[in-house]
Amino acid sequence: MNTIVITIISLSLIGVLAGVILFLIAQKFKVFEDPRIDDVEAVLPGANCGGCGYPGCRNFADSCVRSENLDSLFCPVGGNDGMVKVAAVLGRAAVAKEPTVAVVRCSGNPDHRMRTARYDSAPTCEIASGLFAGDTACSYGCLGLGDCEAACDFDAIHMNPVTLLPEVIDEKCNSCGACVRACPKKIIELRKRNKKDRKIFVSCVNQDKGATARKACSVACIGCKACQKVCEYDAITIENFLAYIDPVKCRLCRKCVEVCPTGSILEINFPPRKTAESELCLTEISPN
Amino acid sequence: MKAFRKGGVHPAENKISTGSSILDLPVPGLVTVHLSQHLGVPAQPVVDKGDSVRTGQLIAKSAGFVSANIHSPVSGTVQKIEPVPDITGYPKMAIVIEVKGDEWVETIDRTDTIVRPDKLSREEIIARISEMGIVGMGGATFPSHVKVSVPKGKKAEILIINGVECEPYLTSDHRLMLEKGEEILIGAGFLMRALPVDQAVIGIEKNKPDAIEHLRKLSSGYPGIRVEPLKVKYPQGGEKQLIKAITGREVPSGGLPIDVGAVVHNVGTAFAVYEAIAKNKPLFERVVTVTGKSLAKNANFKVRIGTPISSLIDAAGGLPDDTGKVISGGPMMGRALPGLNAPVTKGTSGIVVMKANESVRKTVMNCIRCARCASACPMGLEPYFLMSLGDARRWEEMETARALDCMECGSCSFTCPSNRPLLDYIRIGKTNVNRILKARKS
Repeated sequence: MNTIVITIISLSLIGVLAGVILFLIAQKFKVFEDPRIDDVEAVLPGANCGGCGYPGCRNFADSCVRSENLDSLFCPVGGNDGMVKVAAVLGRAAVAKEPTVAVVRCSGNPDHRMRTARYDSAPTCEIASGLFAGDTACSYGCLGLGDCEAACDFDAIHMNPVTLLPEVIDEKCNSCGACVRACPKKIIELRKRNKKDRKIFVSCVNQDKGATARKACSVACIGCKACQKVCEYDAITIENFLAYIDPVKCRLCRKCVEVCPTGSILEINFPPRKTAESELCLTEISPN
Repeated sequence: MKAFRKGGVHPAENKISTGSSILDLPVPGLVTVHLSQHLGVPAQPVVDKGDSVRTGQLIAKSAGFVSANIHSPVSGTVQKIEPVPDITGYPKMAIVIEVKGDEWVETIDRTDTIVRPDKLSREEIIARISEMGIVGMGGATFPSHVKVSVPKGKKAEILIINGVECEPYLTSDHRLMLEKGEEILIGAGFLMRALPVDQAVIGIEKNKPDAIEHLRKLSSGYPGIRVEPLKVKYPQGGEKQLIKAITGREVPSGGLPIDVGAVVHNVGTAFAVYEAIAKNKPLFERVVTVTGKSLAKNANFKVRIGTPISSLIDAAGGLPDDTGKVISGGPMMGRALPGLNAPVTKGTSGIVVMKANESVRKTVMNCIRCARCASACPMGLEPYFLMSLGDARRWEEMETARALDCMECGSCSFTCPSNRPLLDYIRIGKTNVNRILKARKS
């Protein structure tokens, strides 16, 4: 009996003592964490994709709380709505940004560019591009080994087994930029997201002279300047024999697409245009 | 018999072209001379489109301390100066010259008579090496004048002439030792005077007994130079391995050979130094082995820099039908070529034509933790570990695991029973570690 009492008393004393020591230590080494960090993190998407430039959502929330304003901070996954929520938590003004989407600027499928070699080492674009320019005649084009697909956290980019090129699923893309960073050839670009996901862009990054580029790939940009001449909005610049359409200046008039001799400017998600042929069909049909 | 201790492998030697003496390859109609044929800063062109040049004329000037002059390998007119694909397929700046005749710069002594200038001072020798654009001929193409200029506070004690040629198939150094032995020894003498050191050792693997015999006989007339036969083991031709084999000293991790008092030059470099100093001839041609099991004619050609690789293969009897890969350099450290139009550079030691059935990559399987790669690594690294770090993109950890000590000899990938591409992953690790180090500096 006596033993049990002594045990209970001594253990309780040790417990109380340990509790006091722990309390004192906790007071001494207390780290103040702004409770708003938790609040901001709660409204973030929680994808930890790194698209904002920080390692994860919590680091981003921490910076949002610390910084004076939200000008240089943007979560591409949450988008403008998400940033409005963050701003509401912190009582600051959110800066709206144009939504963007990843665009693959290479159309060189096996029909368009000849395979000149066979690559059989480690199947990643990073390793292949370190070894050589690529297994086709174009040294700028897509290697087709899918580093972008592996980098995407949102299942939004996939390699097409027929064209051997990556394809972006616009609805799933959150424009975090992981694929842009993963591509050693710098083919993927984040461009302004237009209404109905309409896109006009030069689907080529080849900077060789026109003749060399054309020889390497039949849909390469040859830097002929035809698109630049026809553009009414001054949106097209040509540098190193390669045209670039400024996504902000572009008004989606599609004139450049018509004049491109190699078909390297793509129009996506547009309604079928009235071609000369279809008009001809209509005139033939209408008299009857 | 001496050899380095740690690691190493024994690939089949396949030195098919050993018996073929060095032949002059005819000058091609068009040469492409890349401005970056050496480690370091690319050279700056000093000629313009349309200029006529003579063989041996300076066409691009060294653009820094670690850089090298480039001389015209032919006479003719400069057709264009623009990016042209090199052996990797990436376009790099090059001077393209259309050949017309073969008119040499008068100051070059084109006779075969052996000259022994012995009045030259140390500075004159170094200046001449730098002026004539000499780079390491073993394949790494490090500018030779940098190696010869011993930094303050360091002292060179021994010169090692690398005649190991441990790469399978390649025989260009072997033929050079047999045919130009006297010249190599005189060249080694110049290098000794430049450093300055009083002893030089020529390291040769014992699978080249004729070269050992020949140079031994000749070296009796050259005080301070001796020949050291070495056990056959890959990669004995690696700088650090050769120093270990000959002197027993170990170059510290991240250090340079000069830290242990040694300077290593290839036999090809010694020959180029002889030609530069005694014959006034810049480096614009080199010996290239063209070899392969089904090639009609295995040969060692003396080739002008800038000659397209396709014309070397044509001279060796054309590309066989069963070709799987064409490799520039040896099969262990060389690069498989994506095309045959790329030109020969100062570092091209051989062109190896592999049969399709020899060059197939076997199916990659899982790592079975047998540690064969770790036993084979001559630098004492753990390739399987480095590969998994590389796959996981953990570059900082690769740095601490000494990824930068890797010299890319390929012993790990060669020995792996699961056929894993270990070296490929270590190589991207090295690239990324170097990028991080550079970012940290700035």
